[in-house]
Amino acid sequence: MSVALRAAQAAAPFLLLAGLWQIASLNLPKFLFPSLVDVFWRVLGIFLDWSEFRNVVATVGRIVAGLGGAFVIGAVLALAMNRSRAADRFIGPIMTFFQGVPALSWVVFAIIWFHGTEPRIFFIMLVTSLPAFVFQVLGALRAVPRDLFEMVLSFRPSGAKMFLQLTLPAILPDILTAWKVNLGNASRVVVVAELVGATGGVGYALLQQQQIFDMAGALAWTLQLVIFVLIAQGFIGMVETRAFKYRAVSEHAL
Amino acid sequence: MSDAEISFDHVTKEFPKPDGGGLFRAVDDVSLAIAPGELIALLGKTGCGKSTMFNMIAGLTEPSAGVLRVAGRDPFGDFNWFRGKIAIVFQNDRLLPWRTAIENVEIGLEMLGVPTAERRQRAQAWLTRLGLAGHERDYPHALSGGMRQRVSIARAFATDAKFLLCDEPFSALDEITGQRLREEFGTLVRENGKTAVFITHSINEAIQLADRIVVLRRPARIAMDARVPRNASPTERDDLRSRVEAILSE
Ligand SMILES: Nc1ncnc2c1ncn2[C@@H]1O[C@H](COP(=O)(O)OP(=O)(O)O)[C@@H](O)[C@H]1O
Ligand SMILES: [Mg+2]
Repeated sequence: MSVALRAAQAAAPFLLLAGLWQIASLNLPKFLFPSLVDVFWRVLGIFLDWSEFRNVVATVGRIVAGLGGAFVIGAVLALAMNRSRAADRFIGPIMTFFQGVPALSWVVFAIIWFHGTEPRIFFIMLVTSLPAFVFQVLGALRAVPRDLFEMVLSFRPSGAKMFLQLTLPAILPDILTAWKVNLGNASRVVVVAELVGATGGVGYALLQQQQIFDMAGALAWTLQLVIFVLIAQGFIGMVETRAFKYRAVSEHAL
Repeated sequence: MSDAEISFDHVTKEFPKPDGGGLFRAVDDVSLAIAPGELIALLGKTGCGKSTMFNMIAGLTEPSAGVLRVAGRDPFGDFNWFRGKIAIVFQNDRLLPWRTAIENVEIGLEMLGVPTAERRQRAQAWLTRLGLAGHERDYPHALSGGMRQRVSIARAFATDAKFLLCDEPFSALDEITGQRLREEFGTLVRENGKTAVFITHSINEAIQLADRIVVLRRPARIAMDARVPRNASPTERDDLRSRVEAILSE
């Protein structure tokens, strides 16, 4: 398939959505469905004005910090669970329990437990991303083929060599997928987390747009996050293509 | 018995049955002594416990009862002592999909801490010897089954280990390559004073290659243990072949 055709295919659903929105904007009140032209200029305005764009940077920083922390802790917990049944039986139910707690409840707990905006947000981002990382990394560890493990083991490697030469390359595809999924989730949670009294960030900016009833602004700020997620996913996709070129590609689709 | 390099002394291995009810005896009270420098062929129908015996020698599983010694040590308990001393050719190739052919050959040497340049050179020499020159940088998915098996043979042989364990190493190869490798394998073992155990389905392969043939019978007991005279006459070979055949066709 040609590059142009593929690009057109990827853009088609968005063009349709944009078209429907634009039709709505022509027939309905502007404060409900503002013209996309206005939204575009607002998006650009945020990009170009540091006093506004630094809110996006702050939010992105919170997403990355929360996910990074959750990934490190999650990976350690998953390694422990993979190694010991006792750890598995102890941590597993806690993570399942965490998964059932709504993000908004964590917001309330964070406000009660912590002082200061950033610790609260970090805590919320951490606990909401942690269970997914734990289960994803654990699943990946359990899926490392036993026969490959025994093959490497038969050479009597040190624990570090086993990890670097077998475990890590074997779980890497699942870890990148986990990051992609959790990135999307975290970008949705972060704006809720920013309701703990942040005086900056996309969540804060959205709240302001709500107070002045500015739909174009609300949409423009939302798009900032969407654009970030798209860029980050594209970056992970690039890493995947580079790292997994060893994979066989079938000429048929699954 | 004490001068044996590999010795089974009333070794039994039981596995829990998959349905949870009781134990399944995969190896039953086997005693066997393998002398240094011996090349031994292990024959038997599928499921008679060949791979289980093999995994016990490799230190990957522990006997349920009895004593197994390799070079006077317990391969399971003294696991790390055997670093660099045991090399295994598994029944399936077990190549790491993210490594090229040459990188797969290098993995054992990496685990032994062989310096990069020497590692590369030894891996290259083995790939060339096995007819894989030009495929060094291919990933496993781009190699045929026989080529992959040859890479896995190179991976085991490159470590220059004293004990060679091979689970049907030549069965996935075409006639000509298989024949060449069999001869090469015999030479390698004899010239370098290695002790080798190989599992095979082929009676001819066993007779051609081995010093000694051990035939297992279900449930996992030794049914026959015979020496193959170096310069066996055709009649001696035929006699041996029909005795093995008789057991395997029971
Ligand atoms: N890890 C295991 N758990 C349970 N049963 C096993 C296990 N490994 C082997 N067995 C059983 O032991 C018997 C012997 O297996 P194996 O040694 O692989 O036979 P062979 O290599 O001669 O075909 C088989 O019946 C097999 O089902
Ligand atoms: Mg077998």
